[in-house]
Amino acid sequence: MSYIPISDDDRAEMLKAIGIRDVDELFKGIPESLRTSSFDLAEGRSEIEVERHIKDLADKNSTDLVTFVGGGFYDHHIPAAVDAIVSRSEFYTAYTPYQPEASQGTLQAIYEYQSCIARLTGMEVSNASLYDGGTALYEAAMMAIRITGRNKIIMDGGVSPIYRKMMYCYTSNLSIEFVETPVVHGQSDRSEIEKFLDDKTAAVILQNPNFFGAIDDHSDIAERCHAKGALLIESVYPLSLGVLKTPSEMGADIVTGEGQSLGIPLSFGGPYLGFMATTKKLVRKMPGRVVGKTQDAEGRDGFVLTLQTREQHIRREKATSNICSNEALCALRALVYMCLIGKDGLKEIAELCMAKAEYAKQRLEAIKGVEVKRTSPTFNEFAIRLSKDPNEIIGKLISKGIAAGFPLGRYYEDLDDYMLIAVTEKRTKREISMLAESLEDALWS
Amino acid sequence: MELIFSKSKQGKRGIKFPRVDVPVEVKIEPKYKREKLAELPSVSEPEVVRHFTNLSKKNFDVDSHFYPLGSCTMKYNPKITEKLASLEGFASLHPLDPQLIMGGMLTQGALEVISNLEALLCEITGMDAFTTQPMAGAHGELTGIMLIAAYHRNKGNKKKYVLIPDSGHGTNPATAAIAGYEVKTVPSDENGVMDLNEFKEALTSEVAAVMLTCPNTLGIFNPHIKKITDAAHKVGALMYYDGANLNAIMGKVRPGDLGFDVIHLNLHKTFGTPHGGGGPGSGPVGVREELEEFLPVSRVVKRKDGTFALDYEKPLSIGYISQFYGNFGVMLKAYVYILLLGKEGLIKASEIAVLNANYLKVKLKKYLDVPFDKNCLHEFVASVSHQAERGVRAIDVAKALIDKGIHPPTVYFPLIVKEAMMIEPTETESKETLDEFIEVMKELALLAEREPDVFRDFPKTTCVSRLDEVKAAKDMDLACLS
Repeated sequence: MSYIPISDDDRAEMLKAIGIRDVDELFKGIPESLRTSSFDLAEGRSEIEVERHIKDLADKNSTDLVTFVGGGFYDHHIPAAVDAIVSRSEFYTAYTPYQPEASQGTLQAIYEYQSCIARLTGMEVSNASLYDGGTALYEAAMMAIRITGRNKIIMDGGVSPIYRKMMYCYTSNLSIEFVETPVVHGQSDRSEIEKFLDDKTAAVILQNPNFFGAIDDHSDIAERCHAKGALLIESVYPLSLGVLKTPSEMGADIVTGEGQSLGIPLSFGGPYLGFMATTKKLVRKMPGRVVGKTQDAEGRDGFVLTLQTREQHIRREKATSNICSNEALCALRALVYMCLIGKDGLKEIAELCMAKAEYAKQRLEAIKGVEVKRTSPTFNEFAIRLSKDPNEIIGKLISKGIAAGFPLGRYYEDLDDYMLIAVTEKRTKREISMLAESLEDALWS
Repeated sequence: MELIFSKSKQGKRGIKFPRVDVPVEVKIEPKYKREKLAELPSVSEPEVVRHFTNLSKKNFDVDSHFYPLGSCTMKYNPKITEKLASLEGFASLHPLDPQLIMGGMLTQGALEVISNLEALLCEITGMDAFTTQPMAGAHGELTGIMLIAAYHRNKGNKKKYVLIPDSGHGTNPATAAIAGYEVKTVPSDENGVMDLNEFKEALTSEVAAVMLTCPNTLGIFNPHIKKITDAAHKVGALMYYDGANLNAIMGKVRPGDLGFDVIHLNLHKTFGTPHGGGGPGSGPVGVREELEEFLPVSRVVKRKDGTFALDYEKPLSIGYISQFYGNFGVMLKAYVYILLLGKEGLIKASEIAVLNANYLKVKLKKYLDVPFDKNCLHEFVASVSHQAERGVRAIDVAKALIDKGIHPPTVYFPLIVKEAMMIEPTETESKETLDEFIEVMKELALLAEREPDVFRDFPKTTCVSRLDEVKAAKDMDLACLS
């Protein structure tokens, strides 16, 4: 298959205009000795052949399981209108909106996205998007380091272990001191955080709900941070904000999160959406693109990329981040999703997820050999302890068509008898019953 | 256009959820609850669809406009790639599924896509191993520089600097600085490539890496490239290849053969995946064999029995640079694109991309200054300096082009050319489109001679005219909060 609209006659005319006889003359600047030594690829194929190959590959994936796997990435419903809007080529085949007059569609959408993220988190401003929840958290830590001029970061053990691994990876060549504090009874350990919080601390990083699904109120930690001149960074699960206390109400300075739950398919890990929100006071230190509202000469409202003097194409090595392409189309997905779900719908879906998760808890804790910790309230995900190896149990349930949850031993050595169970609005009472019955079977037969 | 919030009225709904089917009442302690509901708009589905459909009409895009944005490779995005990336068997696959039972048996198809794509990218670029995890070009750069840092750390090398030519993309110096290096900028010579003498001067044993785009942002292939890579290796520095411009050279020359150690590609440029109005992209990183052990985890490996697995046991790996395997949906589209084009198709794509750029350059030389006028590959940089003497600047020509229905080229970049217009037509444009563009530029050049003042008012046909960027930065109206 080829997508080239140049005919042989066109080519001949163009070569003549350039004053050469063969296209290869255009490559004469590349010394012969440096030419490609191998280019061993298959011949091009037709759409029919490629489609068959890709469908065969798709069929090798098990996507028909009833899933209770979460870990920060959830099987939520995506309204058809979300797909319809992002499938418009006016959106998906455009570039970054460098020419505002020819990009008002994308720019206004980003402004509306920023507005929705601000309303959701209670913060004043949001950027246009970052790659994912993990890189957003890393960018937030770097932002706090720039703002405070300090280089110590305290991270709560309830922050996603994937995010924590990413944080260490990105900063391995920099001199940043990290302290990890444990989780007690499911929540942040205040006394440990206080022990390490000092005038060298740039930020404390917390997550709500945390990786174990537990809900917390971090207002007291925010106060302690601010007393020491440190910032509070909160990583949040956006749908939970339908009901949960906002990071703004707790006193957070920078809010980040994974936006996958806002109308973005699981798609084996990406593309997803990292979001970041903060206060107006700190916005000049924020990484990433941001859209601002302004006017043209006739007084008409319009939108432009603004505060660009923070960015790499202007500031080069002094930029706040190296980010250029971000996740604009995923941000558009999130925006359309937030518009469709609306103010009341957001509360409803959060409550629906919570109710179903609570029902799953009740069903599971009635099973001998299953322990559900009730030391702290949870949102739509919770940890259970099993009397048998969770890996074995999960394996058994997969053969019954159920992805029962995620084994916590994968990330926490001391929790190898625990698994994490997530319940979204898509799971039915019947499916939850099926989970409970199959789990009981797997434990005792 | 009015914001979506202006359509919001209490009681309007855009979604309906199933009735609660579990006998549980949700109770949340007040201290954990938000005080007021999030003020998302209350709107119906028809209003949402009309709002965003109308917004979309205010965009220029590749499907409807010529979009010769230099260094961005705005080529046509084949429709079949969109269709296949949304197949249920991929779209609903949870990224943690491979870890549920031993060996990723639930996700064999997806792992095979990654493995096959990595192998194809190795062959196209001449590198030994690839990771598909980086989620954009700049993310690939950061991954690449972190790999280089890990390599030096492992060798016990004390390195401090990264050398970058002054024509480099802004992401290059930003990346090097964020990864913990100091940046030294090397000037270009009179031919538009990195000055060899200045380079040798700057190349000390403290240099960790040299970051180059080849062909560079002027579309010029550096004839000294082998001398540069050899000299760098002699002082223990590694060569980094910014693959933004790979569309110029597929099947002609491979970064691996040139002596580059680490490279990133932009799948959303060279390999036909759409740019999405600013992402998602995908920026896979390729390395030479001696750097493979530092690549981020997880690695997709093929077992003897032909099945695929994820390997996390890499003690020298830099660790996790992304949550999972990268922007899988984008990778899948690029994989489809490479299979469709195949060997001849990729070579032809590069050849026609270069032919189209040279044709435009030859024709436009009559109307625009072309400062480095030789051997351009897939793009070239023209200068509006002649018109600027009459008060018509690159930005003015860009805005005039918008009124002609053409997305402007990249303006004011690279920084080493005054009033720069970086023009990259790509291979998916017809001769008719190029000829129309040439006619328009001719017309604008004449207009600049005769009536330079009229340019100030362009564009006139768009929903807004030139916007006040100073006001935007001053007002900082970044969100509508009520």
